[in-house]
Amino acid sequence: MKLVAVTSCPTGIAHTYMAAEGLEQAAAAADHTIDVETQGSAGFEALSPEIIAAADAVIFAADVPVRERGRFAGKPLVEAGVKKAISDGPGLIAQAVAAAERAAANPAAAGAGQPPAAGGGLSTKVDEQASKGARVRQWLMTGVSYMIPFVAAGGILIALGFMLAQLAGGKDGAIVVTKLYSLTGPPDPNPTNIVNIVADFNPADGMHWAALLFLVGAASFSFLVPILSGFIAFAIADRPGLAPGIVGGFIASTIGAGFLGGIATGFIGGFVALYISRWKVPKGVRGIMPVVVTPLLSVFVTGALLIVVLGRPLKALSDGLTSWLNGLTGSNLILLGVILGLMMAFDLGGPVNKVAYTFATAGLAAATTASGGTSLKVMAVVMAAGMTPPLGLALATTIRRRLFSEPERENGQAAWLLGASFITEGAIPFAAADPLRVIPSCMLGSAVTGGLVMLFGNTLRAPHGGIWVTPLIGSPLLYILAILIGTVITAAAVIGLKAAGPGPVKTELDTAEAATV
Amino acid sequence: MSLITENLVVLNLDTDDHHAATRVLGQALAKEGRVTDLDGFLADVRKREEQMPTGLPGGIGIPHARSAHVTEPSLVFGRSTNGIDWGAEDGPATLIFLIAAPEGGGDDHLKILAALARRLMRAEFRESLLNAPDATSVVEIVTREVVTP
Repeated sequence: MKLVAVTSCPTGIAHTYMAAEGLEQAAAAADHTIDVETQGSAGFEALSPEIIAAADAVIFAADVPVRERGRFAGKPLVEAGVKKAISDGPGLIAQAVAAAERAAANPAAAGAGQPPAAGGGLSTKVDEQASKGARVRQWLMTGVSYMIPFVAAGGILIALGFMLAQLAGGKDGAIVVTKLYSLTGPPDPNPTNIVNIVADFNPADGMHWAALLFLVGAASFSFLVPILSGFIAFAIADRPGLAPGIVGGFIASTIGAGFLGGIATGFIGGFVALYISRWKVPKGVRGIMPVVVTPLLSVFVTGALLIVVLGRPLKALSDGLTSWLNGLTGSNLILLGVILGLMMAFDLGGPVNKVAYTFATAGLAAATTASGGTSLKVMAVVMAAGMTPPLGLALATTIRRRLFSEPERENGQAAWLLGASFITEGAIPFAAADPLRVIPSCMLGSAVTGGLVMLFGNTLRAPHGGIWVTPLIGSPLLYILAILIGTVITAAAVIGLKAAGPGPVKTELDTAEAATV
Repeated sequence: MSLITENLVVLNLDTDDHHAATRVLGQALAKEGRVTDLDGFLADVRKREEQMPTGLPGGIGIPHARSAHVTEPSLVFGRSTNGIDWGAEDGPATLIFLIAAPEGGGDDHLKILAALARRLMRAEFRESLLNAPDATSVVEIVTREVVTP
């Protein structure tokens, strides 16, 4: 019979290897073959997916959680403490053989409803022996690395949509493309002639193509926070963390809690799922724990906590900030520019950012009827301050590559285009991975840019679009100068702060993933 | 540098309890300059021991820790004629292996410790250490089995 095993212990220098030896001796004595993965402090060499696939049963002899255990999903499993493998290797081998025989006799019951993971399964970057701070960063980085494809795909599609809309729809194209096309509807009545792009897509119409790019990009963007949250929870709790993390992130996104809300739901969902999955339950209930009980409770607790505990303070925060901003309108414009800049960069699309952005777009709507010079300046500030965070980080990853992890460097390349298109979310992967150093740097650059835009007196008649709406910007050269200055300041601040502290999280994931592809 | 030297072998380790025994073995490390802060190191070992006693069937105790106070991976071998209770179910330990690893040790060093741990599971290895006449032969056995292969 073919067996595989994982051994691990808290210190990772003694029991892990003794247990491996114990199992190998016992397997050899009973004429079975066994491959043991020792997850010790000398790192671990992952068993190849072929070996795992060929195994009849799996033994976990571990006192700390087995890393990447999803790889073994669906196999008959025997779990024990590491000492059991040392003191009674033959007993464990016999149990594993019995489990394999039971599974062969009754295939439907094997694996307690867990589908086998494809290609070695999802992996996390979490090293169980790392210090607390390092583990928090590894959890965040796991979420970020799974989120990055959504940022890159969504951001670039949206930017391309804006570009094409400017070509096909004239100088207001980038505004029109977000307003007049939809995947549902059209509403009845339909005064603005909204086009349902599903029913009425016209390949000959450039605006339809632009709308197609924009709508698919927007769909990809709607996953940013759920995926970030889901995979933070996955890194904490493994498979049980995914459902509460993703659902929590979706709710965070829906109620406008932004990526900081998503980080919160990732941690809440992860720890709730971890706590529940460690309950000691009677044998009869054990089978339905992973499929019913754990998801049910963890999803509800995470979602309900977010809505009931976080929902109201968030609303109060938005309302308070909005009325405070309205009170500021008459005072010093440069100060207002600085404050709006700080707000735009604080949570990069979260509640504070949204208040500043809504403040600007509401002013813009009013400005079409009244003579609203200030409102157009406010809009110009908000867009410029929203462009510098991704641009600054793109610059930082370009000039000091070593300070960033591999996924961050790749995201940095997309961030140029995202920043230029006023897609502030391009900075989220950096901010989520290292909030304490990235967010202040972004705020500093955006504040300077905000103040400068007010000083230069730039105006803007579009609610979004970045450099693609240059025809709608008053004195565009000075405007670009203000953005460049903020970009350089953000990049310098990030580099300074990162160089002073611990380096990027080790990207063990990348090699693990490369090996399984 | 070697994993074990003659100064890291204690053949008459007869103390009342495992804390005292660990201290005697730890002192050998401190004397050799392999542990910079004896009390700090012993606290780390004790912390590991409190998670779960490291006594194992066959009369073995393997107190161990990765500790910032350790300068290089080291093994101290202790042998007790009367045995010392190390928390194993089948009785007191006569062979004590104090394993000290530096906090951020390189892979090569850790591999040596892994090889040592695997040897501990072999009856002949334990037997030969139990019967070794003096410190020189203990060092020889460990070096032959663990360091050179």
